Amino acid sequence: MRPAFSVIFFTVMSGSGYGLLFLFGLLFAFDTPLITRNEALIALAVGAIFVIAGLLASTLHLGQPQRAWRAFSQWRSSWLSREGVASLASFAPMLALAWCLWRGGDPNVARALGALLAVLAAITVVCTAKIYTSLKTIAAWHNAYVLPGYLLLGLLGGAAWLLCLHAPHQAHVLKSAQPDFKLVDLRLEELLVIGFVLFGLASITLKSRYWRHIDTETCTSSIESATGLGRFGAVRSVEAPHTEENYLTHEMGFALARKHAARLRRIALILIGPLPILLALAAFLFELCAPLLASCCMYATAFVVTAGLFVERWLFFAQAKHVVMLYYGGARPHSA
Amino acid sequence: MTALPPPSSKKLGLVIDLDICVGCHACAVACKEWNDGGAFGPLPDENPYGADPLGVWFNRVHTYEIAPGIPLAANPSPAGGSGEKGMTVHFPRSCLHCETPDCVTVCPTGASYKRAEDGIVLVDEDKCIGCKLCSWACPYGAREYSEVRGVMQKCTLCVDRIYNEAFDAHDRQPACVMACPTRARHFGDLGDADSAVSKLVAERSGYDLMSEMGYKPVNKYLPPRPRRDGCGSTRKPAETEKVDFSTSPLLRWVDKVLSR
Repeated sequence: MRPAFSVIFFTVMSGSGYGLLFLFGLLFAFDTPLITRNEALIALAVGAIFVIAGLLASTLHLGQPQRAWRAFSQWRSSWLSREGVASLASFAPMLALAWCLWRGGDPNVARALGALLAVLAAITVVCTAKIYTSLKTIAAWHNAYVLPGYLLLGLLGGAAWLLCLHAPHQAHVLKSAQPDFKLVDLRLEELLVIGFVLFGLASITLKSRYWRHIDTETCTSSIESATGLGRFGAVRSVEAPHTEENYLTHEMGFALARKHAARLRRIALILIGPLPILLALAAFLFELCAPLLASCCMYATAFVVTAGLFVERWLFFAQAKHVVMLYYGGARPHSA
Repeated sequence: MTALPPPSSKKLGLVIDLDICVGCHACAVACKEWNDGGAFGPLPDENPYGADPLGVWFNRVHTYEIAPGIPLAANPSPAGGSGEKGMTVHFPRSCLHCETPDCVTVCPTGASYKRAEDGIVLVDEDKCIGCKLCSWACPYGAREYSEVRGVMQKCTLCVDRIYNEAFDAHDRQPACVMACPTRARHFGDLGDADSAVSKLVAERSGYDLMSEMGYKPVNKYLPPRPRRDGCGSTRKPAETEKVDFSTSPLLRWVDKVLSR
């Protein structure tokens, strides 16, 4: 499948945004004092910006973006529509929680809003993944690895950015102002670093298994079943209907990634696994002795993870083969 | 509504006879011509006279070669150069107006729909946002996106012809069916077991494309009949002894006549 940058940007950014909002909502619901008011507001704002940037980018993929509002109508049957509805719905607790924090509302209401935000963030990412897993025509997406992959990588990106917002130098400043803050604060950071390391390890395991799966899996359809001519013998395409590309071969016949797959996979694995984990651990270690270095490491973690997610998502699209290409003999009739 | 309607008793569709299709592309051209000016047009072309022409067609004609003697699994690159007799089959491909199509249910806007009364799958081009998801959901490549119009386009089964009362009754057929010079295309109600198309399907063992996908296509394909030289026979050809006729043209001619 041709990897459209708008869709890659959308799934990475809104995935990380919702991952951040999910973790934030969950932490906030369980232990409000862990997070300071300013930190909470910044986390909400950054999460919302990521999600909005992603949604806006996704409309660039549309042929008629001015009609995008129509996409909220078919939630009964379409995962894409459900995603739109869930995404829009998540803004209710997001805005309500921001207002609650700003005006100093009832903490129990704020906690309930945090929980609701976490639930809606998770539902939205599930819907995003279901758009792809529900397509029987694309075996690389229609399997059990894709949904957990979207959830896990969303959490990974979200945890990296949440750690970043909670950067050690801020903690350092706060600690000097509030002497009793340190214990609580360390707990949150420990939680986040542990979570991040676990998400990173789980992500590289899952992606490796996913890649092994799509490499070894055999497609149930073939040029013989596509044409129904297999009963007579082996079928070979001798002439495509057109000499140049058409929409199908352009959109579904993208073959560049398969050539560089092995190298890109290694790059993606390093960028979402070992490298950011080392950076996050370094940040945690340097927190007390070199706060500035620690905070640089933290920001680097978030950027490295995001770069890794972009490579991973590019591969997710570019490596996926569409069954319609069987009619073209499995290859493009015209290589650009 | 992109939810599928309850199954209709009327299932309009096409029956395509692969035995007599000669691959002339007349169906594709007639389709393009009618629909470009029809209710669902235009079917724009980009750069039509340039180096990389690209355009929307609802009908595409492939050509395949079948190597009869070669088992599928044992042969990664069949036919060409294998020394076997091949059978050439021309294969028109268009929307199959499936009974349970995913291209309809994935649509987020309700632009893609299946008509309850006759099962025709259509796109409402005033509602389509051009997200292209329906084309990803279709295994048959029935939908082509128009960059110029920003919407998805597909075969309409010439819904603006088949119910058109301005036409004589015999003209109320899809343009591709009207144009086919070998009558390899037939239009009718495949939900009615007594219709001419249903009888044709029963008689010639018409089949579904990629039935394993589970979309229950309405359109059916009629398999090629066995060729005189044995190609297209599902039975294994009997082993024949090699005979050397190089010395006698007469014997070669006798052999040819007797072999028929």
